[in-house]
Amino acid sequence: MSAHLEVLATGPLTTVQDLGRFGHNAWGVTTSGAADRGALRLANRLVGNPEGTAALEVTLGGLVVRARGDLEVATAGARCPARVDGVEVGHNAPVRLPDGAMLELGPPAAGLRTYLAVRGGIAVPPVLGSRSTDVLAGLGPAVPRAGDVLPVGTAVGGRGAVDLAPRPDPSAGEVLLRVRLGPRHDWFTQRSRSWLVSTTWTVTADSNRVGVRLDGPPLERARHVELPTEGMAPGALQVPPAGCPVLFLTDHPVTGGYPVIAVVLAADLDLAGQLRPGQTVRFRRAPTTV
Amino acid sequence: MRLLPFGDAGVLVEVADLDMVLGLHAAVEAARLEGVVDLVAAARTLLVRIDPERTTIATVMGTLRTLRPLPSAPGRADAVEVPVVYDGDDLAAVGDATGLGIRGVVEAHTTQTWTVAFAGFAPGFGYLVGEDDRLQVPRRTDPRTRVPAGAVGLADRFTGVYPRASPGGWQLIGRTEVSVWDHDRDPPALFRPGMQVRFVAVGAAVAE
Repeated sequence: MSAHLEVLATGPLTTVQDLGRFGHNAWGVTTSGAADRGALRLANRLVGNPEGTAALEVTLGGLVVRARGDLEVATAGARCPARVDGVEVGHNAPVRLPDGAMLELGPPAAGLRTYLAVRGGIAVPPVLGSRSTDVLAGLGPAVPRAGDVLPVGTAVGGRGAVDLAPRPDPSAGEVLLRVRLGPRHDWFTQRSRSWLVSTTWTVTADSNRVGVRLDGPPLERARHVELPTEGMAPGALQVPPAGCPVLFLTDHPVTGGYPVIAVVLAADLDLAGQLRPGQTVRFRRAPTTV
Repeated sequence: MRLLPFGDAGVLVEVADLDMVLGLHAAVEAARLEGVVDLVAAARTLLVRIDPERTTIATVMGTLRTLRPLPSAPGRADAVEVPVVYDGDDLAAVGDATGLGIRGVVEAHTTQTWTVAFAGFAPGFGYLVGEDDRLQVPRRTDPRTRVPAGAVGLADRFTGVYPRASPGGWQLIGRTEVSVWDHDRDPPALFRPGMQVRFVAVGAAVAE
C-alpha cells in the first residue's frame, strides 16, 4: 500500500505549498507558493526531496498527523515544539515517522509558518502546474481538514545528506526589511516617503498569505488622480486610500489599482512571510545599484 | 517608454497606451529573455518579473530598451456572447454619472464590441475595452467587501465579470450565469487577451 499522511488537526490554517505556479499571470493567476521559500527548500533537502516538492505550510502550529506507512519528515521555518508519540523531536532535522506514529506541532514561540516536508512529497493532484493553494483565488488543492488523508509520493533520489541544518529561527522582535523606493514613490509626499523608512510599523491581525497589513502613520498622497490598474508582485508595499501599506505576500492579486510606494527586496521576502500579528517592522532603503 | 524598477525582481514598463502594452508584451514574450519568469500586462504598463538569482533588473532594462513593440493581433475569429441580466446595484448611479440613464447604459454596453485587453485581480478576471468611452466611470470610492460571482461591472474604461465571490470596487450593472473561470476547463479562462465579446441583455430568470 502506498504511504499516506492522516490529518488529525490542522491548527489555525494548514495548506499544501510548493514554489508556486509561474507563467499564468496573463490569466490573472498569481504565483502563490510557500510564504517562506527558504524554509520550504530546507525542509525538502532534509528529507532528500527536490527543493520545490509540495509540503505542508502550518500557520502558528497546531498540526497533528499520523503516518500510514513508514515516513520520513522534517520541519523548518517557525520552530514548533514537536513530538512524535509524545517524544520531543528536532527542528531543521530529518525525523522518522513509522507507520501509525503521531506527530504533533505545538505553537511556535517566534515566527508564523512552519514547513513539514515528507520524503516523497505531498502528492495531491497539481492545478495549473503547481500543488500550491492560493487562498485569495481559491485555486489549487483544497485546504486540508481534520480527517483528510493526504497521499505521499514516491521518493526520487537518495536520502538527505544532512542530519541537522543550522538556520536562524525567525525573530520575535522587530524585523528590518530592505526596500527599494518606487515604482510610484513620487505619488506620495516627501514627508510620507521619509515616514516609510523612519517609523515603526505594526503587523495587524488581518494579515494573511495575501499580504501583511501594517499599522502606522497614514502615508499621504501627493497625487490624487486614480492610478490605472497595474501589475503587482510579492514584496510590493501597496498603499490603499486609508494610507496604511499592505506588504504583498505570495497570494497577492496579480494587478492592483493603488500606488506602490516601495518594494521589499526578494532576499528579504522570507522574513516577511514569518511576520506575526503584533510584531513590528522597520524598512530601510537598500543601496541603489541601477 | 519609461522603465521603473519594481524592487530587485521586476521592471515596470510604462508606455503611452494599451496597444503599446500589448505590442510590447508580444515582443518580450518573443524575445524569451533569460531569467524573466512572468509578465503582467495592464492598462498602460507591462510588469516584467525576473528571478534575481538568474538575471538582474539592470540587464533586463538594457534589453527592454532595445525592443520594439510587435503588432498585437486583436480581434481574431475568437468571439463570445455573454447574456446579462441588467439589474446591478450601481446601474442607476452609472446612468446618472454618464448622463445615459439606465436604458442608455444597457444600450451602450450591449451595442459595442468589447476586446479582452488583459487579465488581473483574480484568475479569469478579464479587463475588456470597448469601442468608445461612453461608459467610462471611476471605481467606487467605497469598495464592497463581497461582490457575487458573475457580477458585471464597470471601472475606468473597462468592463469585467467577477469570476467568483470576492471583495470589489467596480460599479455593478448586471450579472451573468456564464462561468468566466473554471480551472477544470482547458483553457480555464473564458476571456483570453485579444478575444472579442458581446453582451446580450436577457430578462431575469423566472423561478422554477
